[in-house]
Amino acid sequence: MPTTPLEVYFPVLVQALLGVGLALGLVGASSLLGKKLKNKIKDSPYECGMAPQGSAEERFSVKFYLVAMLFILFDIEAVFLYPWVVVYKDLGMIAFVEMAIFVILILSGFFYIWKKGVLDWSQISRIQRK
Amino acid sequence: MDFLLLSLIKTGLVAFVFLTALAYLQWIERKVIAHVQVRVGPNRVGPHGLLQPLTDTIKLLTKEDLIPAHVNKFFYLLAPVIGVAMALISISVIPFGPKITVPFTSIETYLGLTDLNIGVLVPLACSGIGVYAVALAGWSSNNKYALLGGLRASAQMVSYELPLAVAIAAPLLMHNSLSMREIVESQNVVKWGFLYNWSIFSYFGIPFVAFIIFLICAFAETNRIPFDLPEAENELVAGFHTEYSSMKFAAFFMAEYANMTTICCLAVILFLGGWLPPTPGLDWVPGAVFFASGVLMLYHGTVNLARARDRISLPLFGVIFCGIGVLHWIPVLMPITTPLFWFLSKTLFLLFLYIWVRATLPRFRYDQLMHFAWGWMFPVSIGTLFATGLLVAVWK
Repeated sequence: MPTTPLEVYFPVLVQALLGVGLALGLVGASSLLGKKLKNKIKDSPYECGMAPQGSAEERFSVKFYLVAMLFILFDIEAVFLYPWVVVYKDLGMIAFVEMAIFVILILSGFFYIWKKGVLDWSQISRIQRK
Repeated sequence: MDFLLLSLIKTGLVAFVFLTALAYLQWIERKVIAHVQVRVGPNRVGPHGLLQPLTDTIKLLTKEDLIPAHVNKFFYLLAPVIGVAMALISISVIPFGPKITVPFTSIETYLGLTDLNIGVLVPLACSGIGVYAVALAGWSSNNKYALLGGLRASAQMVSYELPLAVAIAAPLLMHNSLSMREIVESQNVVKWGFLYNWSIFSYFGIPFVAFIIFLICAFAETNRIPFDLPEAENELVAGFHTEYSSMKFAAFFMAEYANMTTICCLAVILFLGGWLPPTPGLDWVPGAVFFASGVLMLYHGTVNLARARDRISLPLFGVIFCGIGVLHWIPVLMPITTPLFWFLSKTLFLLFLYIWVRATLPRFRYDQLMHFAWGWMFPVSIGTLFATGLLVAVWK
Protein backbone atom coordinates (compact mmCIF):
# COMPACT_ATOMS: atom_id res chain seq x y z
CA MET A 1 0.00 0.00 0.00
CA PRO A 2 1.64 3.26 -1.11
CA THR A 3 1.67 5.87 1.62
CA THR A 4 4.57 8.29 1.34
CA PRO A 5 4.43 11.01 -1.32
CA LEU A 6 7.45 9.47 -3.06
CA GLU A 7 5.70 6.13 -3.42
CA VAL A 8 2.44 7.71 -4.57
CA TYR A 9 4.01 10.01 -7.15
CA PHE A 10 6.82 7.70 -8.27
CA PRO A 11 4.81 6.07 -11.14
CA VAL A 12 3.77 9.52 -12.38
CA LEU A 13 7.42 10.57 -12.42
CA VAL A 14 8.47 7.40 -14.27
CA GLN A 15 5.65 7.82 -16.78
CA ALA A 16 6.60 11.48 -17.34
CA LEU A 17 10.25 10.55 -17.94
CA LEU A 18 9.12 7.79 -20.27
CA GLY A 19 6.85 10.15 -22.21
CA VAL A 20 9.51 12.84 -22.62
CA GLY A 21 12.16 10.22 -23.44
CA LEU A 22 9.95 8.54 -26.02
CA ALA A 23 9.03 11.85 -27.66
CA LEU A 24 12.66 13.00 -27.83
CA GLY A 25 13.73 9.56 -29.01
CA LEU A 26 11.20 9.45 -31.83
CA VAL A 27 11.99 12.95 -33.07
CA GLY A 28 15.72 12.30 -32.74
CA ALA A 29 15.56 8.89 -34.43
CA SER A 30 13.68 10.21 -37.42
CA SER A 31 16.19 13.03 -37.87
CA LEU A 32 19.05 10.49 -37.72
CA LEU A 33 17.47 7.84 -39.96
CA GLY A 34 15.81 10.01 -42.57
CA LYS A 35 17.80 11.30 -45.52
CA LYS A 36 18.18 15.04 -46.01
CA LEU A 37 17.97 16.67 -49.43
CA LYS A 38 17.50 20.40 -48.96
CA ASN A 39 16.55 22.81 -51.68
CA LYS A 40 15.10 26.27 -51.91
CA ILE A 41 11.58 25.20 -52.82
CA LYS A 42 11.31 22.82 -49.85
CA ASP A 43 12.39 25.60 -47.52
CA SER A 44 9.52 27.90 -48.49
CA PRO A 45 6.20 27.84 -46.60
CA TYR A 46 3.64 25.48 -48.10
CA GLU A 47 0.86 27.38 -49.85
CA CYS A 48 -0.58 24.75 -52.19
CA GLY A 49 2.29 25.03 -54.66
CA MET A 50 1.98 28.78 -55.25
CA ALA A 51 4.76 31.22 -54.39
CA PRO A 52 4.15 32.31 -50.74
CA GLN A 53 2.44 35.68 -50.45
CA GLY A 54 3.70 37.95 -47.68
CA SER A 55 4.41 36.97 -44.10
CA ALA A 56 2.40 34.46 -42.11
CA GLU A 57 2.56 36.60 -38.99
CA GLU A 58 -0.43 38.71 -39.84
CA ARG A 59 -3.11 40.14 -37.62
CA PHE A 60 -5.89 37.78 -36.62
CA SER A 61 -9.39 38.20 -35.24
CA VAL A 62 -9.73 39.80 -31.82
CA LYS A 63 -12.29 37.09 -31.02
CA PHE A 64 -9.45 34.68 -30.24
CA TYR A 65 -8.14 37.00 -27.50
CA LEU A 66 -11.64 37.41 -26.12
CA VAL A 67 -12.12 33.64 -25.96
CA ALA A 68 -8.83 33.27 -24.11
CA MET A 69 -9.87 35.91 -21.56
CA LEU A 70 -13.34 34.42 -21.10
CA PHE A 71 -11.79 30.99 -20.62
CA ILE A 72 -9.61 32.25 -17.79
CA LEU A 73 -12.60 33.97 -16.12
CA PHE A 74 -14.93 30.98 -16.31
CA ASP A 75 -12.30 28.34 -15.71
CA ILE A 76 -11.59 29.94 -12.34
CA GLU A 77 -15.25 29.39 -11.59
CA ALA A 78 -14.89 25.73 -12.61
CA VAL A 79 -11.85 25.43 -10.35
CA PHE A 80 -13.94 26.76 -7.43
CA LEU A 81 -16.43 23.97 -8.09
CA TYR A 82 -13.93 21.19 -7.36
CA PRO A 83 -13.30 21.79 -3.64
CA TRP A 84 -17.05 22.30 -3.32
CA VAL A 85 -17.95 18.89 -4.80
CA VAL A 86 -15.52 17.04 -2.53
CA VAL A 87 -17.23 18.20 0.69
CA TYR A 88 -20.72 18.46 -0.78
CA LYS A 89 -22.41 15.57 1.05
CA ASP A 90 -21.16 16.78 4.43
CA LEU A 91 -22.52 20.29 3.93
CA GLY A 92 -25.76 19.44 2.12
CA MET A 93 -28.35 22.04 1.22
CA ILE A 94 -26.40 25.07 2.52
CA ALA A 95 -23.55 24.32 0.12
CA PHE A 96 -26.04 24.04 -2.72
CA VAL A 97 -27.61 27.43 -2.02
CA GLU A 98 -24.25 29.13 -1.55
CA MET A 99 -22.87 27.74 -4.80
CA ALA A 100 -26.10 28.63 -6.58
CA ILE A 101 -25.67 32.28 -5.55
CA PHE A 102 -22.03 32.25 -6.71
CA VAL A 103 -22.89 30.68 -10.07
CA ILE A 104 -25.84 33.02 -10.65
CA LEU A 105 -23.46 35.97 -10.17
CA ILE A 106 -21.02 34.40 -12.66
CA LEU A 107 -23.82 33.60 -15.12
CA SER A 108 -25.14 37.17 -15.05
CA GLY A 109 -21.73 38.19 -16.39
CA PHE A 110 -22.02 35.41 -18.93
CA PHE A 111 -25.39 36.69 -20.19
CA TYR A 112 -23.97 40.22 -20.38
CA ILE A 113 -21.17 39.13 -22.72
CA TRP A 114 -23.65 37.01 -24.66
CA LYS A 115 -25.92 40.04 -25.25
CA LYS A 116 -22.87 42.11 -26.17
CA GLY A 117 -22.27 39.66 -29.03
CA VAL A 118 -18.88 38.42 -27.84
CA LEU A 119 -19.90 34.82 -28.46
CA ASP A 120 -21.28 35.52 -31.91
CA TRP A 121 -18.70 34.36 -34.45
CA SER A 122 -20.72 34.81 -37.63
CA GLN A 123 -19.95 37.57 -40.12
CA ILE A 124 -22.47 40.15 -38.91
CA SER A 125 -22.40 40.59 -35.17
CA ARG A 126 -25.51 41.38 -33.19
CA ILE A 127 -24.39 44.96 -32.59
CA GLN A 128 -23.90 45.68 -36.27
CA ARG A 129 -27.32 44.27 -37.09
CA LYS A 130 -29.05 46.68 -34.69
CA MET B 1 12.17 -0.48 -2.21
CA ASP B 2 10.09 -3.51 -3.08
CA PHE B 3 7.23 -1.19 -3.87
CA LEU B 4 9.36 0.97 -6.17
CA LEU B 5 10.51 -2.11 -8.10
CA LEU B 6 6.92 -3.30 -8.43
CA SER B 7 5.75 0.06 -9.75
CA LEU B 8 8.66 0.12 -12.22
CA ILE B 9 7.54 -3.27 -13.56
CA LYS B 10 3.93 -2.11 -13.74
CA THR B 11 4.90 1.11 -15.54
CA GLY B 12 6.91 -0.83 -18.10
CA LEU B 13 4.05 -3.27 -18.69
CA VAL B 14 1.43 -0.53 -19.00
CA ALA B 15 3.64 1.55 -21.30
CA PHE B 16 4.25 -1.46 -23.58
CA VAL B 17 0.56 -2.37 -23.79
CA PHE B 18 -0.51 1.27 -24.16
CA LEU B 19 1.92 2.06 -26.99
CA THR B 20 1.03 -1.14 -28.85
CA ALA B 21 -2.65 -0.35 -28.39
CA LEU B 22 -2.08 3.16 -29.79
CA ALA B 23 -0.42 1.70 -32.90
CA TYR B 24 -3.25 -0.76 -33.38
CA LEU B 25 -5.93 1.82 -32.69
CA GLN B 26 -4.98 3.40 -35.99
CA TRP B 27 -5.30 0.01 -37.72
CA ILE B 28 -8.73 -0.47 -36.08
CA GLU B 29 -9.77 3.01 -37.17
CA ARG B 30 -8.77 2.41 -40.78
CA LYS B 31 -10.48 -0.99 -40.82
CA VAL B 32 -13.71 0.27 -39.23
CA ILE B 33 -13.98 3.30 -41.51
CA ALA B 34 -13.22 1.07 -44.50
CA HIS B 35 -16.04 -1.30 -43.56
CA VAL B 36 -18.44 1.59 -42.95
CA GLN B 37 -17.66 2.79 -46.46
CA VAL B 38 -17.90 -0.76 -47.87
CA ARG B 39 -14.16 -1.05 -48.55
CA VAL B 40 -11.69 -3.65 -47.31
CA GLY B 41 -9.12 -1.35 -45.70
CA PRO B 42 -5.48 -2.28 -45.11
CA ASN B 43 -5.06 -5.97 -46.00
CA ARG B 44 -1.69 -6.28 -47.77
CA VAL B 45 0.81 -6.29 -44.91
CA GLY B 46 0.36 -9.46 -42.92
CA PRO B 47 -2.97 -11.27 -42.44
CA HIS B 48 -5.80 -8.70 -42.53
CA GLY B 49 -3.20 -5.94 -42.59
CA LEU B 50 -2.23 -6.70 -38.99
CA LEU B 51 1.41 -5.73 -39.53
CA GLN B 52 0.41 -2.35 -40.98
CA PRO B 53 1.26 -0.37 -37.78
CA LEU B 54 4.79 -1.79 -37.81
CA THR B 55 5.42 -0.87 -41.44
CA ASP B 56 3.90 2.56 -40.88
CA THR B 57 6.32 3.19 -38.01
CA ILE B 58 9.32 2.09 -40.10
CA LYS B 59 8.16 4.20 -43.01
CA LEU B 60 7.66 7.30 -40.86
CA LEU B 61 11.02 6.86 -39.12
CA THR B 62 12.95 6.65 -42.38
CA LYS B 63 11.15 9.48 -44.18
CA GLU B 64 13.00 12.68 -44.95
CA ASP B 65 13.11 14.78 -41.79
CA LEU B 66 12.62 18.29 -43.13
CA ILE B 67 13.02 21.35 -40.93
CA PRO B 68 12.10 24.26 -43.21
CA ALA B 69 14.24 27.39 -43.02
CA HIS B 70 11.36 29.71 -42.16
CA VAL B 71 10.28 28.04 -38.91
CA ASN B 72 11.11 29.04 -35.35
CA LYS B 73 13.28 25.99 -34.79
CA PHE B 74 13.13 25.64 -30.99
CA PHE B 75 9.35 25.83 -30.64
CA TYR B 76 8.87 23.89 -33.88
CA LEU B 77 10.73 20.93 -32.36
CA LEU B 78 9.32 21.46 -28.86
CA ALA B 79 5.65 21.24 -29.93
CA PRO B 80 5.47 17.52 -30.85
CA VAL B 81 7.54 16.64 -27.77
CA ILE B 82 5.09 18.48 -25.47
CA GLY B 83 2.17 16.84 -27.24
CA VAL B 84 3.41 13.25 -26.86
CA ALA B 85 4.78 13.68 -23.34
CA MET B 86 1.59 15.26 -21.97
CA ALA B 87 -0.59 12.68 -23.69
CA LEU B 88 1.38 9.78 -22.17
CA ILE B 89 1.56 11.10 -18.58
CA SER B 90 -2.12 10.94 -17.71
CA ILE B 91 -2.42 7.17 -18.16
CA SER B 92 -0.44 6.81 -14.91
CA VAL B 93 -3.39 7.91 -12.74
CA ILE B 94 -5.99 5.64 -14.39
CA PRO B 95 -6.95 2.58 -12.30
CA PHE B 96 -7.77 -0.53 -14.36
CA GLY B 97 -9.03 -2.83 -11.63
CA PRO B 98 -9.32 -3.55 -7.92
CA LYS B 99 -6.66 -4.79 -5.49
CA ILE B 100 -5.32 -8.16 -6.60
CA THR B 101 -2.86 -10.79 -5.43
CA VAL B 102 -0.26 -11.70 -8.03
CA PRO B 103 -0.84 -15.43 -8.79
CA PHE B 104 1.49 -17.93 -7.03
CA THR B 105 2.98 -15.19 -4.84
CA SER B 106 1.76 -13.25 -1.86
CA ILE B 107 2.38 -9.84 -3.44
CA GLU B 108 -0.69 -7.64 -3.24
CA THR B 109 -1.00 -4.76 -5.64
CA TYR B 110 -3.54 -2.53 -7.33
CA LEU B 111 -4.32 -2.82 -11.03
CA GLY B 112 -3.25 0.61 -12.18
CA LEU B 113 -0.07 2.58 -11.74
CA THR B 114 -0.94 4.91 -8.90
CA ASP B 115 -3.88 6.53 -7.20
CA LEU B 116 -3.56 10.23 -6.45
CA ASN B 117 -6.03 11.97 -4.16
CA ILE B 118 -6.34 14.60 -6.93
CA GLY B 119 -6.37 11.99 -9.71
CA VAL B 120 -9.21 13.49 -11.75
CA LEU B 121 -7.34 16.78 -12.12
CA VAL B 122 -4.26 15.20 -13.72
CA PRO B 123 -5.79 14.37 -17.14
CA LEU B 124 -7.43 17.81 -17.15
CA ALA B 125 -4.09 19.49 -16.42
CA CYS B 126 -2.31 17.42 -19.06
CA SER B 127 -4.89 18.26 -21.71
CA GLY B 128 -4.58 21.91 -20.66
CA ILE B 129 -0.82 21.86 -21.28
CA GLY B 130 -1.44 19.83 -24.43
CA VAL B 131 -3.06 22.94 -25.93
CA TYR B 132 0.46 24.44 -26.01
CA ALA B 133 1.61 21.70 -28.40
CA VAL B 134 -1.02 22.63 -30.96
CA ALA B 135 -0.75 26.39 -30.46
CA LEU B 136 3.07 26.39 -30.61
CA ALA B 137 3.10 24.08 -33.64
CA GLY B 138 0.77 26.44 -35.46
CA TRP B 139 2.63 29.59 -34.48
CA SER B 140 6.22 28.40 -34.94
CA SER B 141 5.57 26.91 -38.40
CA ASN B 142 5.36 30.45 -39.80
CA ASN B 143 2.78 29.31 -42.33
CA LYS B 144 -0.67 30.85 -42.80
CA TYR B 145 -2.56 27.57 -42.71
CA ALA B 146 -0.67 26.39 -39.68
CA LEU B 147 -1.25 29.65 -37.81
CA LEU B 148 -4.98 29.56 -38.50
CA GLY B 149 -5.13 25.90 -37.49
CA GLY B 150 -3.24 26.55 -34.27
CA LEU B 151 -5.46 29.52 -33.36
CA ARG B 152 -8.62 27.59 -34.08
CA ALA B 153 -7.38 24.62 -32.11
CA SER B 154 -6.44 26.60 -29.03
CA ALA B 155 -9.70 28.60 -29.01
CA GLN B 156 -11.72 25.43 -29.52
CA MET B 157 -9.87 23.41 -26.90
CA VAL B 158 -10.16 26.07 -24.20
CA SER B 159 -13.84 26.67 -25.05
CA TYR B 160 -14.74 23.01 -24.66
CA GLU B 161 -12.55 22.50 -21.62
CA LEU B 162 -15.02 24.59 -19.63
CA PRO B 163 -18.16 22.42 -20.11
CA LEU B 164 -15.91 19.36 -19.80
CA ALA B 165 -14.71 20.47 -16.37
CA VAL B 166 -18.26 21.27 -15.25
CA ALA B 167 -19.62 17.96 -16.60
CA ILE B 168 -16.94 16.07 -14.65
CA ALA B 169 -18.06 17.84 -11.47
CA ALA B 170 -21.51 16.17 -11.66
CA PRO B 171 -20.36 12.58 -10.92
CA LEU B 172 -17.80 13.92 -8.43
CA LEU B 173 -20.71 15.49 -6.58
CA MET B 174 -22.21 12.04 -6.07
CA HIS B 175 -18.97 10.35 -5.02
CA ASN B 176 -17.33 13.23 -3.10
CA SER B 177 -13.81 12.34 -4.06
CA LEU B 178 -11.19 13.28 -6.62
CA SER B 179 -9.42 9.91 -6.37
CA MET B 180 -10.40 7.73 -9.31
CA ARG B 181 -10.17 4.52 -7.29
CA GLU B 182 -12.53 5.88 -4.63
CA ILE B 183 -14.95 7.02 -7.33
CA VAL B 184 -15.19 3.50 -8.75
CA GLU B 185 -15.37 1.92 -5.28
CA SER B 186 -18.28 4.19 -4.42
CA GLN B 187 -20.15 2.92 -7.51
CA ASN B 188 -19.62 -0.65 -6.27
CA VAL B 189 -23.10 -0.92 -4.76
CA VAL B 190 -25.82 -3.23 -6.07
CA LYS B 191 -29.21 -1.52 -6.19
CA TRP B 192 -32.62 -3.09 -6.77
CA GLY B 193 -30.82 -6.41 -6.48
CA PHE B 194 -29.55 -6.55 -10.04
CA LEU B 195 -27.84 -3.32 -11.11
CA TYR B 196 -24.43 -1.96 -10.15
CA ASN B 197 -24.82 1.69 -9.21
CA TRP B 198 -22.92 3.21 -12.16
CA SER B 199 -23.08 7.01 -12.08
CA ILE B 200 -25.29 7.16 -15.17
CA PHE B 201 -27.88 4.88 -13.55
CA SER B 202 -28.37 6.99 -10.43
CA TYR B 203 -30.51 10.06 -9.73
CA PHE B 204 -33.09 9.48 -12.50
CA GLY B 205 -30.49 9.43 -15.24
CA ILE B 206 -29.56 13.11 -14.86
CA PRO B 207 -25.85 12.13 -14.78
CA PHE B 208 -26.47 10.55 -18.19
CA VAL B 209 -26.90 14.08 -19.57
CA ALA B 210 -23.55 14.97 -18.00
CA PHE B 211 -22.09 11.87 -19.65
CA ILE B 212 -23.33 12.99 -23.09
CA ILE B 213 -21.87 16.49 -22.50
CA PHE B 214 -18.60 14.90 -21.42
CA LEU B 215 -18.47 12.77 -24.57
CA ILE B 216 -19.18 15.71 -26.90
CA CYS B 217 -16.54 17.84 -25.16
CA ALA B 218 -14.11 14.93 -25.30
CA PHE B 219 -14.54 14.81 -29.09
CA ALA B 220 -13.81 18.54 -29.25
CA GLU B 221 -10.85 18.34 -26.84
CA THR B 222 -9.14 15.71 -28.97
CA ASN B 223 -9.88 17.60 -32.22
CA ARG B 224 -11.85 14.73 -33.72
CA ILE B 225 -14.59 14.88 -36.33
CA PRO B 226 -17.08 16.61 -36.14
CA PHE B 227 -14.81 19.09 -34.31
CA ASP B 228 -11.65 18.71 -36.40
CA LEU B 229 -11.63 22.35 -37.52
CA PRO B 230 -7.91 22.77 -36.63
CA GLU B 231 -6.95 20.37 -39.43
CA ALA B 232 -9.91 20.90 -41.75
CA GLU B 233 -8.17 19.60 -44.83
CA ASN B 234 -10.37 21.30 -47.42
CA GLU B 235 -9.79 24.75 -45.90
CA LEU B 236 -6.42 24.56 -44.16
CA VAL B 237 -4.47 21.77 -45.98
CA ALA B 238 -3.56 20.04 -42.71
CA GLY B 239 -3.94 22.84 -40.17
CA PHE B 240 -1.36 23.15 -37.44
CA HIS B 241 0.88 20.32 -38.70
CA THR B 242 1.12 21.46 -42.33
CA GLU B 243 4.88 22.05 -42.07
CA TYR B 244 5.69 18.86 -40.16
CA SER B 245 7.18 15.75 -41.72
CA SER B 246 8.27 12.21 -40.81
CA MET B 247 8.04 11.20 -37.11
CA LYS B 248 7.34 14.75 -35.91
CA PHE B 249 4.16 14.61 -37.99
CA ALA B 250 3.26 11.21 -36.59
CA ALA B 251 3.88 12.46 -33.04
CA PHE B 252 0.77 14.65 -33.27
CA PHE B 253 -1.31 11.64 -34.24
CA MET B 254 0.20 9.57 -31.47
CA ALA B 255 -0.73 12.33 -29.01
CA GLU B 256 -4.24 12.47 -30.45
CA TYR B 257 -4.79 8.73 -30.06
CA ALA B 258 -3.28 8.70 -26.57
CA ASN B 259 -5.57 11.58 -25.54
CA MET B 260 -8.56 9.74 -26.99
CA THR B 261 -7.73 6.60 -25.02
CA THR B 262 -7.17 8.47 -21.77
CA ILE B 263 -10.36 10.49 -22.05
CA CYS B 264 -12.34 7.29 -22.79
CA CYS B 265 -10.81 5.69 -19.68
CA LEU B 266 -11.84 8.78 -17.71
CA ALA B 267 -15.41 8.55 -19.03
CA VAL B 268 -15.56 4.85 -18.08
CA ILE B 269 -14.32 5.57 -14.55
CA LEU B 270 -16.50 8.59 -13.87
CA PHE B 271 -19.74 7.50 -15.51
CA LEU B 272 -19.70 3.81 -16.46
CA GLY B 273 -18.56 2.18 -13.25
CA GLY B 274 -14.92 1.54 -14.16
CA TRP B 275 -14.17 -2.16 -13.95
CA LEU B 276 -17.59 -3.09 -12.55
CA PRO B 277 -19.88 -5.28 -14.68
CA PRO B 278 -23.45 -4.07 -15.37
CA THR B 279 -25.03 -6.67 -13.07
CA PRO B 280 -23.65 -9.18 -10.55
CA GLY B 281 -23.12 -12.80 -11.56
CA LEU B 282 -21.62 -12.16 -14.98
CA ASP B 283 -18.19 -13.65 -14.22
CA TRP B 284 -18.58 -16.29 -16.94
CA VAL B 285 -19.22 -13.67 -19.68
CA PRO B 286 -15.61 -12.58 -20.46
CA GLY B 287 -14.46 -16.15 -21.06
CA ALA B 288 -17.59 -16.96 -23.04
CA VAL B 289 -17.17 -13.93 -25.33
CA PHE B 290 -13.59 -14.85 -26.22
CA PHE B 291 -14.35 -18.58 -26.51
CA ALA B 292 -17.37 -17.98 -28.75
CA SER B 293 -15.44 -15.67 -31.07
CA GLY B 294 -12.62 -18.22 -31.17
CA VAL B 295 -15.04 -20.98 -32.15
CA LEU B 296 -16.57 -18.70 -34.79
CA MET B 297 -13.11 -18.07 -36.27
CA LEU B 298 -12.30 -21.80 -36.28
CA TYR B 299 -15.59 -22.46 -38.06
CA HIS B 300 -14.91 -19.83 -40.73
CA GLY B 301 -11.28 -20.86 -41.03
CA THR B 302 -11.84 -24.58 -41.51
CA VAL B 303 -15.42 -25.39 -42.50
CA ASN B 304 -16.81 -22.27 -44.12
CA LEU B 305 -13.75 -20.77 -45.79
CA ALA B 306 -14.63 -17.60 -47.73
CA ARG B 307 -11.14 -16.60 -48.88
CA ALA B 308 -8.24 -18.93 -49.53
CA ARG B 309 -5.68 -16.82 -47.68
CA ASP B 310 -7.59 -17.12 -44.40
CA ARG B 311 -6.75 -20.84 -44.25
CA ILE B 312 -3.95 -20.31 -41.76
CA SER B 313 -4.69 -16.97 -40.09
CA LEU B 314 -8.31 -17.60 -39.04
CA PRO B 315 -7.73 -20.99 -37.31
CA LEU B 316 -4.61 -19.57 -35.65
CA PHE B 317 -6.52 -16.60 -34.23
CA GLY B 318 -9.41 -18.94 -33.37
CA VAL B 319 -7.09 -21.03 -31.21
CA ILE B 320 -5.58 -17.90 -29.62
CA PHE B 321 -9.02 -16.50 -28.78
CA CYS B 322 -10.22 -19.85 -27.36
CA GLY B 323 -7.05 -19.85 -25.27
CA ILE B 324 -7.79 -16.35 -23.95
CA GLY B 325 -11.34 -17.50 -23.20
CA VAL B 326 -10.08 -20.46 -21.19
CA LEU B 327 -7.64 -18.13 -19.35
CA HIS B 328 -10.62 -16.11 -18.14
CA TRP B 329 -12.09 -19.21 -16.49
CA ILE B 330 -8.96 -20.19 -14.52
CA PRO B 331 -9.90 -19.42 -10.90
CA VAL B 332 -6.46 -17.99 -10.00
CA LEU B 333 -6.54 -15.51 -12.87
CA MET B 334 -10.22 -14.65 -12.66
CA PRO B 335 -9.89 -11.74 -10.15
CA ILE B 336 -7.41 -10.12 -12.57
CA THR B 337 -8.91 -10.83 -15.96
CA THR B 338 -12.58 -10.13 -15.23
CA PRO B 339 -12.20 -6.48 -14.10
CA LEU B 340 -9.71 -5.87 -16.92
CA PHE B 341 -12.18 -7.30 -19.41
CA TRP B 342 -15.01 -5.03 -18.29
CA PHE B 343 -12.80 -1.95 -18.12
CA LEU B 344 -11.21 -2.51 -21.52
CA SER B 345 -14.43 -3.51 -23.26
CA LYS B 346 -16.15 -0.31 -22.10
CA THR B 347 -13.14 1.78 -23.13
CA LEU B 348 -12.96 0.07 -26.51
CA PHE B 349 -16.66 0.63 -27.03
CA LEU B 350 -16.19 4.38 -26.48
CA LEU B 351 -13.19 4.37 -28.83
CA PHE B 352 -15.32 2.57 -31.40
CA LEU B 353 -17.90 5.33 -30.93
CA TYR B 354 -15.20 7.88 -31.81
CA ILE B 355 -14.44 6.04 -35.05
CA TRP B 356 -18.10 5.45 -35.83
CA VAL B 357 -18.82 9.18 -35.47
CA ARG B 358 -15.81 9.99 -37.64
CA ALA B 359 -17.18 7.76 -40.38
CA THR B 360 -20.68 9.23 -40.09
CA LEU B 361 -20.77 12.95 -39.35
CA PRO B 362 -19.68 15.98 -41.40
CA ARG B 363 -17.67 18.86 -39.92
CA PHE B 364 -19.07 21.90 -38.07
CA ARG B 365 -18.61 25.44 -39.33
CA TYR B 366 -16.37 27.46 -37.03
CA ASP B 367 -18.99 29.95 -35.81
CA GLN B 368 -21.39 27.04 -35.16
CA LEU B 369 -18.67 25.29 -33.20
CA MET B 370 -17.98 28.26 -30.92
CA HIS B 371 -21.67 29.05 -30.50
CA PHE B 372 -22.33 25.42 -29.61
CA ALA B 373 -19.64 25.49 -26.93
CA TRP B 374 -20.66 28.75 -25.24
CA GLY B 375 -24.35 28.97 -26.07
CA TRP B 376 -25.33 25.33 -25.47
CA MET B 377 -22.75 23.15 -23.78
CA PHE B 378 -21.78 25.60 -21.03
CA PRO B 379 -25.32 26.51 -19.83
CA VAL B 380 -26.53 22.91 -20.15
CA SER B 381 -23.56 21.57 -18.19
CA ILE B 382 -24.17 24.13 -15.40
CA GLY B 383 -27.85 23.16 -15.38
CA THR B 384 -27.01 19.44 -15.17
CA LEU B 385 -24.57 20.07 -12.35
CA PHE B 386 -27.17 21.92 -10.29
CA ALA B 387 -29.92 19.41 -11.04
CA THR B 388 -27.60 16.66 -9.80
CA GLY B 389 -26.61 18.80 -6.82
CA LEU B 390 -30.23 19.36 -5.82
CA LEU B 391 -31.03 15.64 -6.03
CA VAL B 392 -27.91 14.70 -4.06
CA ALA B 393 -28.70 17.30 -1.38
CA VAL B 394 -32.32 16.11 -1.05
CA TRP B 395 -31.63 12.33 -1.10
CA LYS B 396 -28.06 12.29 0.25
